[in-house]
Amino acid sequence: MERVILHCDLNGFYASVEELYHPEYRGQPLVVAGEVELRHGIVLAKNQLAKQYDIQTGETIWQAKQKCPTLVVLPPNHSRYLTFSKRVHQIFLDYTDRMEPFGIDEAWLDVTESIHLFGDGKEIADQIRERIKQELGITASVGVSYNKAFAKLGSDYRKPDATTVISRENKVEIVDPLPVEDLLFVGRATKKRLHDFGIWTIGELASQSLPFLKQILGKQGEVLWKFANGLDESKVQHFQYQQPVKSIGNSTTPPKDIEDVQQAQIVLSVLADSVACRLREQHLVCQKISLYVRDVELHSFVRQCVLKHATQSADDLWKQAMRLLKQNVCFDVPLRSVGIRAMDLKKENIPQQLSFFSDEQMDEKNLQLEKTVDAIRKRFGFYSVRRGLMLLDPTLSEFEPKQD
Amino acid sequence: MKTWVDVLCIHYKNGHVKPLQILWNDNRRYTIDRITQVMPAASLKSGGIGLRYTCEIHSQIRHLYLEEGKWFVE
Repeated sequence: MERVILHCDLNGFYASVEELYHPEYRGQPLVVAGEVELRHGIVLAKNQLAKQYDIQTGETIWQAKQKCPTLVVLPPNHSRYLTFSKRVHQIFLDYTDRMEPFGIDEAWLDVTESIHLFGDGKEIADQIRERIKQELGITASVGVSYNKAFAKLGSDYRKPDATTVISRENKVEIVDPLPVEDLLFVGRATKKRLHDFGIWTIGELASQSLPFLKQILGKQGEVLWKFANGLDESKVQHFQYQQPVKSIGNSTTPPKDIEDVQQAQIVLSVLADSVACRLREQHLVCQKISLYVRDVELHSFVRQCVLKHATQSADDLWKQAMRLLKQNVCFDVPLRSVGIRAMDLKKENIPQQLSFFSDEQMDEKNLQLEKTVDAIRKRFGFYSVRRGLMLLDPTLSEFEPKQD
Repeated sequence: MKTWVDVLCIHYKNGHVKPLQILWNDNRRYTIDRITQVMPAASLKSGGIGLRYTCEIHSQIRHLYLEEGKWFVE
């Protein structure tokens, strides 16, 4: 039996929720954006009217206001968006338990087993759209197809508040002429690579030979070839399925630029604390660490290194991050944001090779100390225990990455 | 406009809640004669979501919403 997969995308999610709670701004171009004072002033979401002014997600508020001087700018309300997201998921679960969220505002649904109860894919999609509109006051666009990749294309095809069915019959008319970057997993680099070889549409991608695509794109070539030909067989996961954690990271854009090593030390120390605490909470250790750096000219890069011992200690992460920073950054240009990511994660109780040259007892003591700090913070709040270093520059250290 | 109100309710053993009277902000009380529909709904007029009770009060239809434990009327 052919699968019936739905992909549901909430249109301009944050902006739609804000529009619902601010009826006075309805009918006006509106965006949700971060706080300018904290230098988070970029557009996170826009409504349909703002879209008409060509306002893009990710651009700064002043750029958006140049395009539309009467633009309404509202701050985000993340807990409210999470509540809405959960309610939408509840609606999905009335139709199937095969529901795989993709971010806060998108999800795939496999309704193959439900069509005898609720009608065919399109009918279910229309019912879901109607319920979201009626019960939550926001709109969604839904793609219906026989695989996940085409369902996603369908939900992007017509917006807002629309259902698009992509069947084997109409695939040639709908999918083939679409630009190749509309396909799932085709990012900026892959798009450029494909353009270099004269591949501009999904149809052109589908007609290439598999060995050729593998040659130019590696493993990903096969995945994209399958997507383009409608041969994607990946399953929609059960709603309780949780993907194993691959990495744990935190990054921040502090209220002012980081101008020297000491300032970087402060910010990285807070980040390392948070990443290590999250590792310990999940009983994991990491074998690799990566440092993310973005300067004020918005150039960014990532450097990583393998650790001699798998660790979950903030001190280790901090020292390695500082080492990477000193090797790669010379502070010609101040830094705008930094981040630390722990990778190559393993269970904390796996046996480890000991070394003659390290002080295991001291490491163990340090770890116990950090665990005690975790316990104190859990009881008395994040700011109850802090490193002395934090007091050197409170503007750089006063943030709680775990909560943010 | 979104007007938060006090509501006199009966909480049944099965967990259902039935509003009986709306206590308006100027201390007037409005008895709900009949509830014709209960469903989750968004209020586009007032801005909010919740469980919507369609109430008949003195032959007039009014929508009463229960949003996160608080009541409002459109």
